[in-house]
Amino acid sequence: MPDSGAARTGLKNDRRLQMLEATIKQHQYSKDALLEILHTAQELYGYLDRDLLLHVSRQLRLPPSQVYGVATFYNLFKLKKPGTHVVTVCMGTACYVKGAEDIVSAVEREFNVIRGGTTGDGRLSLFVTRCIGACAMAPNAIVDGETVGKATVENVLKRVKAVLEAEMVEAR
Amino acid sequence: MKPDELRGLAQKEQEARKSYRFRINVCCSSGCMPFGALRVLTAFRDAVREFKVEEECYVARTGCIGTCSLAPAVLVEPGDYLYQNVTPERAREIVKEHIVNGRPVKSMLYGNEAFFKKQLRVVLRNTGKIDPLRIEDYIAVGGYYALLKALTRMTPQGVIEEVALSGLKGRGGAGFLTGLKWRYVARAPGSPKYVIANLDEGDPGVFANRTLAEADPHAILEGMAIAAYAVGSQKGYIYVRSEYPLAVQTLKKAIEAAKSMGFLGENIFETSFSFDVELRLGAGAFVAGEETAILASIEGRRAMPRPRPPYPAQSGLWGKPTLVNNVETLANVPVILLKGSEWFSSIGSKNCTGTKCFSLTGKVNNPGLIEVPMGITLREVVFEIGGGVPPGRRFKAVQVGGPSGGFLPEQLLDLPIDYESLTKAGAIMGSGGIVVLDDTSCMVDTAKFFTEFCVDESCGKCTPCRAGLHKLFKILDGFTRGEGSVEDLSKVEDLCEFIKEASLCGLGQTAPNPTLTTLRYFRDEYVAHVMDKRCPAGKCFRSGGGGGVE
Repeated sequence: MPDSGAARTGLKNDRRLQMLEATIKQHQYSKDALLEILHTAQELYGYLDRDLLLHVSRQLRLPPSQVYGVATFYNLFKLKKPGTHVVTVCMGTACYVKGAEDIVSAVEREFNVIRGGTTGDGRLSLFVTRCIGACAMAPNAIVDGETVGKATVENVLKRVKAVLEAEMVEAR
Repeated sequence: MKPDELRGLAQKEQEARKSYRFRINVCCSSGCMPFGALRVLTAFRDAVREFKVEEECYVARTGCIGTCSLAPAVLVEPGDYLYQNVTPERAREIVKEHIVNGRPVKSMLYGNEAFFKKQLRVVLRNTGKIDPLRIEDYIAVGGYYALLKALTRMTPQGVIEEVALSGLKGRGGAGFLTGLKWRYVARAPGSPKYVIANLDEGDPGVFANRTLAEADPHAILEGMAIAAYAVGSQKGYIYVRSEYPLAVQTLKKAIEAAKSMGFLGENIFETSFSFDVELRLGAGAFVAGEETAILASIEGRRAMPRPRPPYPAQSGLWGKPTLVNNVETLANVPVILLKGSEWFSSIGSKNCTGTKCFSLTGKVNNPGLIEVPMGITLREVVFEIGGGVPPGRRFKAVQVGGPSGGFLPEQLLDLPIDYESLTKAGAIMGSGGIVVLDDTSCMVDTAKFFTEFCVDESCGKCTPCRAGLHKLFKILDGFTRGEGSVEDLSKVEDLCEFIKEASLCGLGQTAPNPTLTTLRYFRDEYVAHVMDKRCPAGKCFRSGGGGGVE
């Protein structure tokens, strides 16, 4: 029976870890279930840091290189902590031909953040994604989970400013 | 479930459906959800109660109706009245006027008959008209009858023959004969055997498979079960993109419902046939849709393709014979068994039977999800169904087949849509994306966009794809910045041919298509970029996104 290994990888023994363990157990520690387990881990923790990946590799008895290889191969897995707020611009073909690039560049300039990155203060991440499938409403952007269809530079910037400001108000 | 029970249930559901005079179908697919579809659904249900017409008007939560640019869309039966951009307030008005007073609200109706006129719905036969979360809705329209027929009145051999006779080809893009593929798997030695439904629709700008899964998940499950019976498999996987949360949820619930009704599981319809289906989530890798890469991904590894042979039919999941079919292919199967191969092969053209679903997007007046008979021309799709490019703009090209496809110019618009014609013209059927471009799009820039996509998505296993595409991207990027010479154009052509010839899998072999077709049909734009340092569409050579030509 593999030990939980939590102490050695520096993961806190909390509810998230217990849920992760339950998933690993449900898959009977099967190496084939690596993707499913990484999905669960990211859902629970928000992103996959080094300790978490090491933990998964120990539990499944897989070399860390293989776990790291899989985690970096697939676009969905995030290895860095995302910002408090997230704006994702769709860069599918339909959105691209309708000017998604202009929206991405505008967000980059306005908030001093590069695509795929997070602002220095950790408040905003900018991601681009390959097609969210709402192509008929192109271009699309998603601001904190809410989709802006037929997006323009103006309405995306406005929406992002609004979520950033709302947070400031709450903080006060 | 016993055969008689299925018939009884279908009859009961049909009668229940008939007892309502009206049915309001509210599209709640990914296209309409972000724009308030659930609020509209609630508003309809409230309004029906408010006006006390619950007894005669049923409000259903359905999948995609097809007119995705009018989100949220609502279809009122009978008469198929299609309402566009419905809001909660408008929902109340529709109930008041249309249902209570019997006067459809003309000002909100979708006025474009042409969008539906040339379409033929075989795969999308139920989408937008049934509630995907109610298995009873699917049964009411004849669901699981084909499975019943296969299991009780046909041999596995007979099923394969019927599918082969229909001429159905793989809808994932390659166009391999489905019946033949099934025969290979059925004959392959080894057990267990596996069936994989491929729902890794990775092309940007394509959403037909997702929409099918969200709107009619049981059609996929039924197709899978029939395929499994035919090839002798007891275990299936649906590999679905995790970027499609609604499709994932819908499929999960559909699998549960099918299990509890006994359409999946042990001894289906009291026969010796047992079949179980599991979902597997992708994690964002375009190459995972390739049929050997999908195997690696389901086995929990990096989705890297391997050389064929051996084909998955001989050595697939965990080295066992495996059938990999696209979900659209599978959704065709129940209809073929019920209506017969002869009926199916009467649709479309001689060498290419049946229909194909397309996501029609880009600079077109009526974007949306469409299904057309094979052999229809691109012109009919773009100008009749799609309504042409927006006013004041000029049509430039149509992009068929995504990053692996090609750009076709005006003079090729009369090309019939089938696997052969498209491939000959330099494009591919692909998974069914049609993106229309007008004169504001630069062909060099768009070729660069697709090449960049393939650079990102190349798995890195073989050098021609990994290094060749990177080199290609650099040259194209140079063109859009005013670098490069006429000699570079022939270099690009050589490089493209080399990548096509030498790459290991479909991704690399088709990645140069966008560049090659733009060079073939829009060479003048490349020449303008490298000779005159000018972008005819005014897209390139921009500094800091300010716009205009330098």
